[in-house]
Amino acid sequence: MRYDDGKDCFIYIQHEHGVIENGSLELITKAKELLSDTEENVVAVLLGTLDQNTHDTLADYGADAIIVCEHPDVSAYDCLNHAAVLTEIIETHHPKSFLFPGTVRGRELAPRISARVHTGLTADATRIELDNDEGQTHSLAITRPAFGGNLFATIITPDHVPQMATIRPGVFEMKKVNTPYAKRIDHTTDVELKSPIEIEAIIPKENDNASIADAKLIVSAGRGVKDCLDMVQHVAKTLNAELGASRALVDDGVVAKLSQVGQTGSTVRPLLYMACGISGALQHTAGMDKSETIIAINNDPAAPIFDVADLGIIGDAKEILTHLMRRLDVSNTP
Amino acid sequence: MNIAVLVKQVPNTTEIKVDKETGALIRKGIPTIINPDDLSAVEVALKLKATHGGKVHVFTMGPKSAESMLRELYARGVDDATLLCDKAFAGSDTWSTSLVLSTALKRHRFDLVIAGRQAIDGDTAQVGPQVAEFLGIPHISYVDEIRGVDATHCFLRKKEEKQSMHLKCPFPLLITVLDGIAKPRYMNMTHIFNNASRDVEILDNDALAIEKADLGIKGSPTKVKKTYAKSITKKTTAESLAPEDAAERILAVLREKGGMPDAL
Amino acid sequence: MDHLLNDQHKLVQKTLRDFTANEVKPLAKAIDEGERFPRETVSKMAEMNLFGLPFDTAYGGAGGDTVSYAIAVLELSKACATTGVILSAHVSLCAAPIATWGNDAQKEAYLPGLLSGASLGAFGLTEPNAGTDAGAQKTVATEHDDHFVLNGNKIFITNAGEADLYIISALTNPDARHRGISLFIVEADTPGFSVGKKEMKLGIRGSSTRELILDNVTVPKANLLGKRDKGFAMIMEILSGGRIGIAAQAVGITEGAIEEALRYTSERKQFGKPIISFQNTQFMLAEMETKKEAAKQLLFKAARYKDQGRPYAKEAAMAKLYAGNTTTEVTQQAVQLFGGYGYTREYDVERMMRDAKITEIYEGTNEAQKMVIANMMMKEGAA
Repeated sequence: MRYDDGKDCFIYIQHEHGVIENGSLELITKAKELLSDTEENVVAVLLGTLDQNTHDTLADYGADAIIVCEHPDVSAYDCLNHAAVLTEIIETHHPKSFLFPGTVRGRELAPRISARVHTGLTADATRIELDNDEGQTHSLAITRPAFGGNLFATIITPDHVPQMATIRPGVFEMKKVNTPYAKRIDHTTDVELKSPIEIEAIIPKENDNASIADAKLIVSAGRGVKDCLDMVQHVAKTLNAELGASRALVDDGVVAKLSQVGQTGSTVRPLLYMACGISGALQHTAGMDKSETIIAINNDPAAPIFDVADLGIIGDAKEILTHLMRRLDVSNTP
Repeated sequence: MNIAVLVKQVPNTTEIKVDKETGALIRKGIPTIINPDDLSAVEVALKLKATHGGKVHVFTMGPKSAESMLRELYARGVDDATLLCDKAFAGSDTWSTSLVLSTALKRHRFDLVIAGRQAIDGDTAQVGPQVAEFLGIPHISYVDEIRGVDATHCFLRKKEEKQSMHLKCPFPLLITVLDGIAKPRYMNMTHIFNNASRDVEILDNDALAIEKADLGIKGSPTKVKKTYAKSITKKTTAESLAPEDAAERILAVLREKGGMPDAL
Repeated sequence: MDHLLNDQHKLVQKTLRDFTANEVKPLAKAIDEGERFPRETVSKMAEMNLFGLPFDTAYGGAGGDTVSYAIAVLELSKACATTGVILSAHVSLCAAPIATWGNDAQKEAYLPGLLSGASLGAFGLTEPNAGTDAGAQKTVATEHDDHFVLNGNKIFITNAGEADLYIISALTNPDARHRGISLFIVEADTPGFSVGKKEMKLGIRGSSTRELILDNVTVPKANLLGKRDKGFAMIMEILSGGRIGIAAQAVGITEGAIEEALRYTSERKQFGKPIISFQNTQFMLAEMETKKEAAKQLLFKAARYKDQGRPYAKEAAMAKLYAGNTTTEVTQQAVQLFGGYGYTREYDVERMMRDAKITEIYEGTNEAQKMVIANMMMKEGAA
């Protein structure tokens, strides 16, 4: 399906138990920033119940309008039912672009819709800009990593609307901007909601690794500290920090995949990131170089990790950690 | 149970390097491999076949050279292999690729279509769901366990960020699987000598008859505006410090950034 | 070398490389240190149908050939010579003789288990006083109505204690020496059959090498393999086949050592540069590689001859002689390139050097190979 003149940027609001996914709020903030000098609106699309609190939150982060569908069959996430209603919303409102958080659900749902409405979808993007080249007024130029983070590609969708993308969570900041008023637009659906997928059970994750993507403090380990991983873990624990790891250590099977930072792991932006024995291949740095402060310890002066570090220490990580542990433990003793 | 598996031949990205001068990928001499998630998908299919019978048919879109990959899958026990190969397909984005794959799949009747979560070269995770849409069947992404199968339904575990879901879905359906779902088997000697040299079905667009306008770079809704390798900007110079001094410096930064535990 | 391999050989090579890297190499050090037989690896090899590799599909074989079998032993031995010889002994010394000389009933009874890897095979030939002089063996098989009774001792038997099935040589006509030897198929759980002391070895320490004790072991006549009293010629042929396996093991160890040396000398810096930039290192590596390649050519020539149905005893003996010499020499050079580190158990080349030596000894010593080669030369000259 092709629309000649879409308008506005739609954002899919992922939510559960009344809590909005950060990835969606980040997109509202980012879209608001991009479109602030234009006539285009940022429109949050929420399937489910829109209470006052949720309404306010969406407005706070920058939504100009909220399309809401309160049909009971879409109040909980179901890929097929959500795809059906979102397609209907696209056909009703003709957005110029439609962004989804690059969560499991976003990346499950968006491709289905893009196939149905015949439009372009960019996966797991890490950068969005306005593309004003060649008369593409207010279209988006969406950049994403490929080849395991070795290459970045900027993708446009010149001839199809809406332009769609899933955006990696944690890449953009979520910021309250105080939009004075977000208009509520109710959507009543006419489509038959008949998803055959039944939820039999929901099992919370066993060891709730308070998602590394949200961590304020991360102590991260690479191959250089493989033989003293326990020390890194000890330091992380003492500092109440999350343990991160390079792909190498995850590939070696000594650290869980959940802890992997980098292009094929999580993108993190903590206040402080301490990289121990990580050489800093692009694969890794691309996932952590937006951290506010970066400390790097490596025995190789030429390690690329130093290129992104605020404090770069050339030295034996094991020895340095030993001293750090001693100092931390001393000050930790009552 | 008849199962189709979607596979892709990819460059071994862990060996890819970027030309520092031009920012271009150095792909020359990089060996190709079967996309790891797809190999797990094949393993899931072969296991299901072992318990429930039926056939496993793999499909790939790619150049003629992808035939060798399909032979390696024959050597693992796959029953049929189809290579979708036409100049018109080259440069297709996920939308066009999914159209090609689904058109080929429609020539058969499958109970289950399995795809790997994503390919290590593109990392899009889009082709599986898009194929499902074109086939008009449900899909479930990020499956990390097949909990069971009965005559009419598939019971699955889907992995999300903070939880797992046990889902039930009637056949036919498409799933995309995480690589941890099954450890791929090695090629089997008997299959190497008795199956691997079997013919691969090669279909071009004369066979699939897809509108040219929907194929290749022209038919792809997304266009690549530019590509570049990331350049890292230098922030500071690293220093060689004695371990004691290094520890002190780290502590200073921790204090400054409020990273010290409250007790300290 | 690789240009001589067909597509199927290349698939065997590729999958064995993956298998070796993922399943064999990670265990190599531990099974050496612990002198532990890698039972778990044997199960995984069985899943791939490796134990049936060069056999006809009739009884569950993979339908491969000797070349592919040599590739398999070579690739396994690159990372772990122990794992290589488990396959070699099973295939060449137990499964092959039954496939070659077994009657239908014997094939029916034993090949499906052996070729699927459900049962592991071994060969009992060597005795305390009968090594190279195989005709001097003392184990006897006395004939009764419908069975033979075996008595005697075998030593240095590869896979002993782990195997489910043994081929045992014994004298059915003790006065005729090597003209009175017969071969028997003996199941491990036969009463009177037991394994004796486990050898503590220099290398291939995960391989189970033990004594076999035959104390009034009753073997049905149906388990006589081939013709009575004709065992010696069969043994010679079995050993020729086995030499291809051991030559492959030797070439594998050599290749593994060269790979290690190449990597280490590229990383290790002395006098401010990688030691591979020194010409001495380069010359050593060049010699190691050339000898390895020559050994490999001999190996695959013998394997191809066997596949083509041509006489290959001389080729197999030359391949094993040269590959054994080469691996002993090259692994020592590899240790030398590693310097002090190479002498420590931290690095694989130390184990490789210890593992290498056996290839000059078993399946006939270097000296026995020379006897075979010279004999064949004299026969050819006379013809």
